[in-house]
Amino acid sequence: MSGQSQRLTVVPTVTMLGMMKARLVGATRGHALLKKKSDALTVQFRLILKKIVSTKESMGDVMKTASFALTEAKYVAGENIKHVVLENVQNASLKVRSRQENIAGVRLPKFEYFTDGETKNALTGLARGGQQVQLCRAANVKAIEVLVELASLQTSFLTLDDAIKTTNRRVNALENVVKPRLENTISYIKAELDELEREDFFRLKKIQGYKKRAIEKQRETAKQFAEEQVAEKVSLQKGISINAAHSMLSAASEKDEDIIF
Amino acid sequence: MAGRAQIPNKSSALISMIADEDTVTGFLLAGVGNVDLRRKTNYLIVDSKTTVKAIEDAFKEFTTKEDIAIVLISQYVANMIRFLVDSYNKPVPAILEIPSKDHPYDPTHDSVLSRVKYLFSAESVASGRR
Repeated sequence: MSGQSQRLTVVPTVTMLGMMKARLVGATRGHALLKKKSDALTVQFRLILKKIVSTKESMGDVMKTASFALTEAKYVAGENIKHVVLENVQNASLKVRSRQENIAGVRLPKFEYFTDGETKNALTGLARGGQQVQLCRAANVKAIEVLVELASLQTSFLTLDDAIKTTNRRVNALENVVKPRLENTISYIKAELDELEREDFFRLKKIQGYKKRAIEKQRETAKQFAEEQVAEKVSLQKGISINAAHSMLSAASEKDEDIIF
Repeated sequence: MAGRAQIPNKSSALISMIADEDTVTGFLLAGVGNVDLRRKTNYLIVDSKTTVKAIEDAFKEFTTKEDIAIVLISQYVANMIRFLVDSYNKPVPAILEIPSKDHPYDPTHDSVLSRVKYLFSAESVASGRR
């Protein structure tokens, strides 16, 4: 995988290692939190889904009732009632108020309808069919109620869908990109530090070896010097040359060695 | 009057409609209709003479207006401008496809409901297995 070999370009130092570890801890915590958020959103999403399906089904019934009520009103009050209604339009008396609901940090719009002022259609169908007209009005208000609820559910659905997508993308990015990269960096730094330590150890060993050799050399020279001294002493005592003394000494030592054999 | 009052008071918004005459009449009777200072209505009555262009313009106008929270659109009208409805993806105003008297409601055409159904069936299958 290409993600395996990726790491951050850092200087491999102990400080950097500490920093990377801190970042990894942060990334892990963030990942856990985002995962929780995603789960919470999904739960809400499922709830809304169920509600949408049931509300859509009830919408069909309510709309049917509403249009049937209108047909009744038309039959009683005459076909031209719609012209009266269309002419009477001025300001909306039935409006929508939107407020926000906060679910795991996601703001979902919620609509609710309210009536604002009295209706202008109070006198519609005064001549005949007034009751049917009012019934039709009530049926349509009911339809609006369902539709407004459906609209807020639908809006929440779209918003939540979007939010879940974003959250999941973040979770996956943290899990599959950021965390492996940090882990790779940490292992790289560790390997690099180990390498440095081995090199250091080797260097120390080498220096130790040099020192040992130097000490041996010194001892050798000291020994030679001592032998020289002994030879000088012997030559002085016996009145022979230094070379003769040397050969005598070496002969003696050889003889000694022979004795051992 | 109404337009000016709505700018400071964001908590009240309108419902707009694009539908056939009967549906619009019914909702107007309920009191959702509004006419602003320029005599512009928040609804469009679609009949056999209404062009697709007019519907498109109305749809665009309603979806860009600040004071509209919900756009109700008859499903057969939505089918005429399906590409616009499908490409619309803002949460507010919410687009709601409603059945009309002359045309039976087909849930497979509804852009949102088809997604809902898809997810819902997938979920119910998953929950049934549990």
